[in-house]
Amino acid sequence: MIKGTVKIDAKICKGCELCIISCPQDGLGLAAQFNDKGYRYVELIEDNCTGCVNCALVCPEAAITVFRQPKPAKKSVEKK
Amino acid sequence: MSIERPSNHDFPSEAEGMDLVYCRPETLTDLPFHYCPGCSHSVVHRVLMEVVDELNIQDKTIGVAPVGCSVFAYHYMNVDMQEAAHGRATAVATGIKRVLPDRFVFSYQGDGDLAAIGTAETIHTVNRGENILMVFINNGIYGMTGGQMAPTTLVGQVTTTSPYGRQVEFAGHPIKIADMLTQLPGAYYVTRQAVHNPNGVRKLKKALTKSFQYQKEGKGTCFVEVVSNCPSGWKMTPVETVKYLEEQMFPLYPLGDLKKPDGAK
Repeated sequence: MIKGTVKIDAKICKGCELCIISCPQDGLGLAAQFNDKGYRYVELIEDNCTGCVNCALVCPEAAITVFRQPKPAKKSVEKK
Repeated sequence: MSIERPSNHDFPSEAEGMDLVYCRPETLTDLPFHYCPGCSHSVVHRVLMEVVDELNIQDKTIGVAPVGCSVFAYHYMNVDMQEAAHGRATAVATGIKRVLPDRFVFSYQGDGDLAAIGTAETIHTVNRGENILMVFINNGIYGMTGGQMAPTTLVGQVTTTSPYGRQVEFAGHPIKIADMLTQLPGAYYVTRQAVHNPNGVRKLKKALTKSFQYQKEGKGTCFVEVVSNCPSGWKMTPVETVKYLEEQMFPLYPLGDLKKPDGAK
């Protein structure tokens, strides 16, 4: 499985949980802490992100940046 | 009024061994959105600016901001913006497009703006076939003023001015603006989308990209309705609004292309 990761800007997250319900891996969750605005922000709680971009697409705050491992390069290495 | 734009995004530029696949579009300013948690407005802002980024038309795009929650759209969209009187965004956009025909002009309105006070401007703009893009945010309520009944409010929906639910005998049926505009010959592309899930966002992006391309070709009015939510006005959590959209709004406002050019996919 391709691995990815998300970086969530906790300062502007408003904890609307739309990314949590859209994550197919159930890898996101609300943090126990609050941010400066008083919202419980979202963070990556499971290390199973595939970089599918679903959470970033529905994020109303545009707070999510998605990274993914490069696909073709990895496959060619495995074949050798 | 001077707006301080704090650069309070500490976006990482790279992660170890991974490629950046998605980040905040450049054309969106660094200002954090003032919208309520879970509001669809900011999603549409972002998708619109992504399209502008991808088509590389930032310096040729002029937007017309509405009256309503999204009145501050010009703080977030880093393109030329013009504020219009309540309901008159399409009339202002008409003027801009006629004076500067080589620019990409879009108007961005909510349902209280486009469907209630601006009905005349909306219909006549589309009837004239003005070569602009109209973005219509339909959340069935007046969000900014405190959740009053709008023309698009569903039958039976409780708002502050219809505490027992909207009654047909008193307030009539919800108006389907997009279906109405389909009848007009000036409308080139009429579509209804939603941003409640990732696929909806992808489809909206395609629709907006097509609309800008049609505008470049000078085809006619493109009308993109976005069925969206209003967590504060509906008195729901954002997650509950997704369910409400799917169960209540979409049966009345079905998603998809209502009018598309001949031969288009």
